[in-house]
Amino acid sequence: MESIYSAAQVTSWLVTGRVLFLLIDLLGVACFSYIVAKRLVPLVRANPDLRFDRPLLRLEKVLKFWLAQWKQPRYLLAGVLHIVLFAGFLLLLVHSFSLIVIGIFNHFVMPGFSGRLGGIYNVLTDYAATLVFLSVVVAAIRRMVFKPARYAVPEKYGKDHMPEAIFILALIATLMVADSLFAASKVAAESQLGQPIESLAAFSLPWILNNALIVFPLRTLHGFYVGAYVVHDLAFFVLLCFLPLGKHFHVITSFFNVYFAKLERGTLKPVRWGVSDDHLDQVKSFGVKTFGDFTWKHILDFYSCADCGRCSDNCPANAVGRPLSPRFITLKARNYAFEHCPIYGTAHDGTPLVGSKESGSIYSEDEIWSCTTCGACEEECPLLQEYIDKIVDLRRGMIDEGNVPQSLQKPLKALESRGNPYGKMEKKKADWTKAKDFQQTCNVKIVDGKNGADTLYFVDSITSYDDRMQSIGRATAKILTHVGENFGILGAAEKDSGHEVRRFGEETLFMALRDHNVEAIKKSGVKKIVTADPHAYNALKHDYKDVPPVEHISQVIAKEVKAGKIQFNPVENKNSVYTYHDPCYLGRHNQVYDDPRNVLDAIPGLKRVEMTRSRDRSFCCGGGGLMLFYEPKEDQRMGVKRVQMAAEAGANVIVTACPFCMVNIEDAIKVAGMEGKMTAIDLAELVDQQITRESQKVV
Amino acid sequence: MEILVCVRRVPDTSENEIQLNSAGNDIERDDLVYSINEPDNYAVEEALQIVTRVGGNVTVATVGGEDDEEVLRREMAMGANHGVLITDDAFTGSDGRGIATILKAFVQKGSYDLILTGVQAEDGGAQVGGMLAALLDYPFASLVNSIALLDGKKLKISREIEGGNKEISEIDLPCVLSIQTGINEPRYVGMKGIRQVAAIPIPTFGISNLGLEPSAVGETAAKVKRVDYFVPALGKGAEILQGSREENIDKVLELVAAKGGLK
Repeated sequence: MESIYSAAQVTSWLVTGRVLFLLIDLLGVACFSYIVAKRLVPLVRANPDLRFDRPLLRLEKVLKFWLAQWKQPRYLLAGVLHIVLFAGFLLLLVHSFSLIVIGIFNHFVMPGFSGRLGGIYNVLTDYAATLVFLSVVVAAIRRMVFKPARYAVPEKYGKDHMPEAIFILALIATLMVADSLFAASKVAAESQLGQPIESLAAFSLPWILNNALIVFPLRTLHGFYVGAYVVHDLAFFVLLCFLPLGKHFHVITSFFNVYFAKLERGTLKPVRWGVSDDHLDQVKSFGVKTFGDFTWKHILDFYSCADCGRCSDNCPANAVGRPLSPRFITLKARNYAFEHCPIYGTAHDGTPLVGSKESGSIYSEDEIWSCTTCGACEEECPLLQEYIDKIVDLRRGMIDEGNVPQSLQKPLKALESRGNPYGKMEKKKADWTKAKDFQQTCNVKIVDGKNGADTLYFVDSITSYDDRMQSIGRATAKILTHVGENFGILGAAEKDSGHEVRRFGEETLFMALRDHNVEAIKKSGVKKIVTADPHAYNALKHDYKDVPPVEHISQVIAKEVKAGKIQFNPVENKNSVYTYHDPCYLGRHNQVYDDPRNVLDAIPGLKRVEMTRSRDRSFCCGGGGLMLFYEPKEDQRMGVKRVQMAAEAGANVIVTACPFCMVNIEDAIKVAGMEGKMTAIDLAELVDQQITRESQKVV
Repeated sequence: MEILVCVRRVPDTSENEIQLNSAGNDIERDDLVYSINEPDNYAVEEALQIVTRVGGNVTVATVGGEDDEEVLRREMAMGANHGVLITDDAFTGSDGRGIATILKAFVQKGSYDLILTGVQAEDGGAQVGGMLAALLDYPFASLVNSIALLDGKKLKISREIEGGNKEISEIDLPCVLSIQTGINEPRYVGMKGIRQVAAIPIPTFGISNLGLEPSAVGETAAKVKRVDYFVPALGKGAEILQGSREENIDKVLELVAAKGGLK
């Protein structure tokens, strides 16, 4: 034997390798194309989703979240493993393709990969294959021995997903070993024949195999060489065709999923893309009732889920035992898609998604109402999946069918007739300004045609009507007065911002509240809006159109502290340790993390600690607005968990910047039996309490 | 099955602060918000569930004025097939029997297998259902909290009796039932639904359509007349237990047991 035969030249049972491999390749590609085409069917039939705009911004997302794997290191070990696998796969892409072609044309070299560059590339792929192999081994050990809790599948959600994961890991390992063995046996054989050999990267998997193989006779080496090729070719196409059948579809879809990801935070999708509010009357059915009501992007989300469990690991509803796990919102929908739009046979859709298990529904009502729309799942997802829009769309469907818990019907009805969920009279909306000792020092005017103001303080329902929260309103008004702001409130003309009304799926009612408020705001002639309620802030900023710019009071305070208009007296109680709880709609949804912290740090002598879960990993207090009326099934309150986290951090004062957080946290302090040990205060209240006023400056 | 549900629009107790007017003969009616009488809403939901099971139509009717059309539309948005407004100046000031007389005349204009009312109006005295049945010479059952169809001619119904137990009865059709809240979970009606039925015309019936004598209804016929409202004097406040937590718990247990709350 003067040289080793290439795999293409080998003849066995009268079939040359070339023909055999061509056949395998064609079959593999045909099979893969067929499966993907079948998977695309539901996407084509789905509702529209307008995401073809702003390509540059989208490419930027792709570079950051897809190519640079931005979110991965948030879970360090798993993240690093994934980055190695991902980078390895990308590097090996050209190599694997060339390898497939070599089976047919034995001297094939990818254009541009010959010569010096090819040499460097080969060294890189040797190492890439080695690192991928090692990562796969570590990943398998992690899966089988250490079993991270977030991969577990609770009994009600079916069988464990380990077999699929291990199967894929084994396939990848097989590919890497076969690839390396192919290269190693070729080099070993060539060196035995005294031919010029290509050098293998030192200490790489092919290099190690080569050193092990060198003792074998040429015949055996040839066997390894051809055998490795066959195994690689088969494993490659088995893997390729297996991808669209399960969670590894993300290998293909992730690029598109990230490219088409949502660009704006804090917003909600319209009821129907491409239908303006004025034409909504023509839309017969609102929301998602059956699978076909999802948009194509939402179905792409389902396909792209890698089942990493990070969403549910961060979901507060899941943490307190509510019947909601975002991971399974996706996985149940994917299973539904695979079952009802199968590879073989015709598609059959139409089962209501929400309802009883017996009738074939995949979600329960409580599951869908359990979400506080805090956004922790979306913040964590490496693939930028959207959950809130889907939850809200499912709720829109339930509202449309009249399927609403009794506990929510009362406040919704009151919002319709009185403009607030408590059913309080409109004329009492400004009563909080009439508290005796407050009114003497701070006169809050009602802006209407006669009384103009530059700034509108949008108070919203809870701060206007709730006895405890009125204190936040008064503190806010005093701060605005202190900094010399010419401000007023709408009084009886202000209705609920409708933020939760919209997020609970009652779009028509939301539009009525919004339209009323927009008109009242326009009539008031103000140039800007301030609010102390992050939910109102988010509504005014993202859900309303054509209103003046809006700021949260923490942003106003931070600015005035910087400008020197606000100065603070030192903290009196030296034993107080403060921690700041990020409200979801100020933090995650609007990225206001630093202003409240800067304000706290400007108070002399204030000791502040961070909770482990802070900033974009903040843990929801239990939810605002209508969520206060909903009676969830849960083992524990979110607020109680949150208060315990504050205690663990060593704090005894929780500062927040949202009236709903205040309700939940103060309740939780009582429920947790921590009265006297822990207190809660709103940022505005604390600032009002510590502010240095003119009279004090003289002293 | 053809079902008639008699409904009523009342001031919403959860969204109003009910106060007496200065004359003391009525409540302050400015700034009130109204809604469907809650038990009536349960009755409509029950009727809708029955026709879903066995087919038929649900008609909602109210005796009142133009403003009351709002509750008919709400119930039509829920799924009721027809809404009927029974209105005439001559009906003003009717007492319970007067309303029952008007409804009886309306019932006899159509053909209904089952007539439902709410157990009572939030501003009323639970009179009309029983009187309507008597005037029609139909069987009547009150406080109904479950309905099952036995065959085409009979219903199996239940009502809650003391201690949370249920009493089961059979009743012949056609009949009148007054429906207790809690019999079902009424579906939600949003603004979208109401808007979708906004253009459907609602037929009205007056004294002449119903063939009633003016002397049989309205203020002239009323034998029960409201003469006054008063606010009862504040009674003694609640007893506040002043002791340690353990003592208070023992005391509470003792008090509850004394009132028969513990067995």
